[in-house]
Amino acid sequence: MLARLGTLALVLAAVGGGAFWVLTRPASLSADTLAALQSHSADPQHGEQVFWTAGCASCHTAPSVDATASTEARMVLAGGRSFVTPFGTFRAPNISPDPEAGIGTWTLEQFATAVMLGVSPEGAHYYPAFPYTTYTHATPGDIADLWAYWQMLPADPTPSAAHEVGFPFSMRRGLGLWKMLNFDPAFATPVPEDPEAARGHYLVEALGHCAECHTPRDALGGLDRSQWLAGAPNPVGEGRIPALPPQGWTAFDIAAYLETGFTPEFDTAGGEMADVVANISRIAAPDRAAIAAYLVALRASPNP
Amino acid sequence: MPRLLTALATAAALALPTLATAQDMNPNVAARHAVMDVLAYNLGQIGGMAQGRMPYDAAVASTAANNIYHLAMLDIGPMFPEGTDNASTEGSRALPAIWSDMDGFNARWAALQTAAEAMKDAAGTDLASLQGAMGGLGGACGACHQTYRQPQ
Repeated sequence: MLARLGTLALVLAAVGGGAFWVLTRPASLSADTLAALQSHSADPQHGEQVFWTAGCASCHTAPSVDATASTEARMVLAGGRSFVTPFGTFRAPNISPDPEAGIGTWTLEQFATAVMLGVSPEGAHYYPAFPYTTYTHATPGDIADLWAYWQMLPADPTPSAAHEVGFPFSMRRGLGLWKMLNFDPAFATPVPEDPEAARGHYLVEALGHCAECHTPRDALGGLDRSQWLAGAPNPVGEGRIPALPPQGWTAFDIAAYLETGFTPEFDTAGGEMADVVANISRIAAPDRAAIAAYLVALRASPNP
Repeated sequence: MPRLLTALATAAALALPTLATAQDMNPNVAARHAVMDVLAYNLGQIGGMAQGRMPYDAAVASTAANNIYHLAMLDIGPMFPEGTDNASTEGSRALPAIWSDMDGFNARWAALQTAAEAMKDAAGTDLASLQGAMGGLGGACGACHQTYRQPQ
């Protein structure tokens, strides 16, 4: 009897372990996405716009590169910034085109798999400090253009530093479960009918990753999409990140803030937002206006 | 009449907590907030012109830029004594990084002085010159707030 129970326990453990293994398996790109990536005629100039909108430089430049740094300095993705969170300290890696220290040997497919699915070329899950749950909404064309622009970025030999993450979060395979809960291919808010606001919706939900700080998180660090852009505790420090759009701000105010860093009261962006402005001030003015149009329309509509 | 008195009493009661906070505020914190407020007031003039919120006026722009320059020349060191960070002082968003990296903090203020001097020379020339100097000035504000001020 006891032996039988033991066998049963073993079988259950094996089934459970097997289920865990299957459920947490890193995903790969769909055939459609792959085809769209490969057939796209890549435009590095547009890729540069994607680069500034997606804000890669906010996290992946060296810690000494601040919001006043030159465009050339913001193009060096040497890594090294620390992000102290309740789950551990994450260190942004070197993602410059250096073949040793960075991602210079990657293919377009590997790059797109990393950015859109959060999976490394070795098939490991990335921690969601990397906002791939946002970037998964990007069009394959934008990702291919971004990769074309990437080839023009300078290589940097700085080695990446390791994350400091304790058990159980140190087990990357478990991130497969986190992805089951939080990886949503659907947009959080409906696409607006107005074309300008629709463009802003895409820029915010697929590239700008505003929600990563402006939307509150649950106990497991997943975004609470029922409180989309409703304001949240600062995920990497003290204080609060305000709700969007800020009360009383017009679309003009928002676009001017994203371009110059000045609020309508002529206070300035601080904290992580200073870096966001450094990036968004480098995108085309109509795209800043589109972001503003989406955010202002968001105020008029109830949260989904 | 009694109604008016009641209304006045209610208004006074509502206003009291605000008054109490203003009086209780650490004088160093109050002083540095005042400097920032006057900076913002003058930035509003030239920034408003740069953003096209108001028409360009060389005289108004010059005056505002001069004010910003003189504010930037203040020695703000005494307004930032030890023990007045956001953790220990009500109403302050000054991060402890100011005191752990005072050299870096001072360098930020010095960068504001440089940017303000450039604006002082540019603001009265024409709108394009003013706009050209605006990025440096805004960058100086933002770079300090990036590292040394807590978000709301």
